[in-house]
Amino acid sequence: MARLARLALAEEEIEPMARELSAVLDHVARIGELDLDDVVPTSHVIDVTGALRPDEPRPCLPREVALAQAPAVSDDGFLVPSPQA
Amino acid sequence: MLELSAAQAIAAIGAGELDAAELFAFYRGRAVEHGGDVERGGLNCFTWTSPGVPEVPVGPLAGLPLAVKDLFCTEGVSSQSGSRILEGYEPPYTATAVSRLREAGATLLAKTNQDEFAMGSSTENSAFGPTLNPWDRARVPGGSSGGSAAAVAAGLAPWALGTDTGGSIRQPAALCGIVGLKPTYGSISRYGMIAFASSLDQAGPLTRDVTDAALLLRHMVGHDPCDATSLVSPHEIELPTAERLDGLRVGVPAGLDDASGASIEPGVRACFESALTLAEQLGASVEEVQLPHAPHALSAYYVLAPSEASSNLARFDGVRYGLRAENASDLLDMYTRTRHDGFGPEVRRRIMLGTYALSSGYYDAYYGRAQRVRTKVAQDFAAAFQGVDLIATPTSPGVAFGLGEKTADPWAMYLSDYFTVPMSLAGIPAISIPGGLSAQSDGVGPHGGGLPVGLQLAGPAFSENKLLDAAYALEQAIGFDATAAHV
Repeated sequence: MARLARLALAEEEIEPMARELSAVLDHVARIGELDLDDVVPTSHVIDVTGALRPDEPRPCLPREVALAQAPAVSDDGFLVPSPQA
Repeated sequence: MLELSAAQAIAAIGAGELDAAELFAFYRGRAVEHGGDVERGGLNCFTWTSPGVPEVPVGPLAGLPLAVKDLFCTEGVSSQSGSRILEGYEPPYTATAVSRLREAGATLLAKTNQDEFAMGSSTENSAFGPTLNPWDRARVPGGSSGGSAAAVAAGLAPWALGTDTGGSIRQPAALCGIVGLKPTYGSISRYGMIAFASSLDQAGPLTRDVTDAALLLRHMVGHDPCDATSLVSPHEIELPTAERLDGLRVGVPAGLDDASGASIEPGVRACFESALTLAEQLGASVEEVQLPHAPHALSAYYVLAPSEASSNLARFDGVRYGLRAENASDLLDMYTRTRHDGFGPEVRRRIMLGTYALSSGYYDAYYGRAQRVRTKVAQDFAAAFQGVDLIATPTSPGVAFGLGEKTADPWAMYLSDYFTVPMSLAGIPAISIPGGLSAQSDGVGPHGGGLPVGLQLAGPAFSENKLLDAAYALEQAIGFDATAAHV
C-alpha cells in the first residue's frame, strides 16, 4: 500500500501504521452493516452540468513564474533524477 | 479599539472616528506580541504576520485587517497548509475568497496555523507546532482552523477565514467561544484553497459575532469561472436583525449520542438544553427529528475524505514546488522519500487509508458504500427539513481538550467532529455560536467560569439568511461575552 501511495516507510514505522489503520478500518467497517443495495452513490452533493467554457486560447502562467518555486530547474523545465539510475 | 466588533469598527471608520491604518497597526502589534512562538509567550496561532501596515483600500470593508488560514494561496506570501512539504512555498496567485475580500477593502494581517492539509481536530498536526487555546493554554483550540479560531478569540485579529471539510470551522469556533460558519457547498469558490477533500472543502468565516460572520460571508459568495463547482448565490447575504424566533421550527435529532460512542459531556448537554429552552422562549418550537443514518456519517467520512485526499495530495512529489529529498538514487526514490519526509504522521495515515479504500478489490466495500451512505445522510436531512426549518445539535461532544490528550487514538480525535460531519456530507450550511460555559469545567478559563460550549444550527442548502437570523436572535438572548478570552 505504501508503494502505491508513493510513501517510503521505515521498517519501524510499518507496524504502528498497520495497527492505526486497522483501528480506523474497524470503526469504518460498520457501514458494511447497512442495506444500501438500491441506493445511488453520491460523488458530489450538487448537480453541476455543462460547466464548460469556450475553448479559446488565453495567456497562462509565464514559464519563469511556474519554474520559480521548483527545487531544481534545467534550462526551461523541471529537473528530476533519472527514472532508472 | 479591541472592544469593537468588525462591523462596529467599519462603522467607526466610516464615521471618521477611527483610522483604518491605526487599527491595522494596533492589531499587527497584538498579533506580533501574542500570536507568535509559545517559547516567547505566544499562542502560536500565526504562521506569517504582515511586515508592515499596507495602504488602506477603499471598499465596504474599509481596510479592516483579516487573518487567513495558511492553506489559502496568497500571492508572494508563504502558504504551506501547515505542511513541511510546502516549506518556503510562495504562490504565484491568490485564492478567490481572499481576493474578493481584498477587492471589498479587507487587508491581509496574518496567515493562521492549522492542522496539516486541514487533517485534524486540534491544530496539533502542524509543521509549525500546536496552537494554544486562549481560554486555557494547556488545551487545544480545536481544528483544523485552530489558528484562526484562537486569533479571533484572543482578540489578535478582528476576524478570520477558515475552511471546513468535516467540521474544521465549526469545531474550533466552538472550542474557542466564537462564531464559525460553514456555508452551503459551492457557495464560495475553492480556487486557490490547497485541496484536502474537494467534494467537501468549503471556506467560511470565524468571527466574534453573528453579524460579522454575515458581513464576511456576503463578500465571498458567488460563482467563480476558476471553480466549476462554485454556484451563483440565489440571494444576497443579509445582515441579521431577528429579535424573536416566532414560528421557527427547530429539530433535534433523536438519539443524539447513542451507539456510535460520541458521548456528550454533561456540561455540554446542559448548555445545549438551556439554549433550546431559550429558543422556545423566543417563540420557536422544538421537536424531535429522525436522522437515522447520521450516526454512520463519521465512518463514511473517514472513507471519502481520505480517498479524495490520497488523490489530491499526489501532486506533492518534490518536482514543482516545496521540499525535495536530497541525494535520491532515482525518480521513485525521490518521490517516496520526499513524501515521507514532507508529510506528518496524520497525513501519511490518511493517504494510506485513502489509497487502501480506492484500491482494486476494496473499492466497492469502502468507497462505493461510503458514497451510498452519503446519499442516505443527505436524504435524511431533506426529509427532516420537510417538517422543521433548522436542526440544532451541540457543535462538539465536549469542550476544549488537553494538548496531547487525543493524539495517540485517532478515532477518539475524529469523534469530536461527530455532530459536524453529517452536514458536510450533505453539503448544507451550518453555524456554530457560543452557547455558554460548561459548568463541568468550572474553575478553568480566564475568569474561572468554565470553557465555552458550541451550539450548532443547520439548515437546507442556501438557507444562510435564515440560519444567520436565528443564530443572531439566540446570540442576543444568550449574551455570551465574546471578549472573555482576549489577551
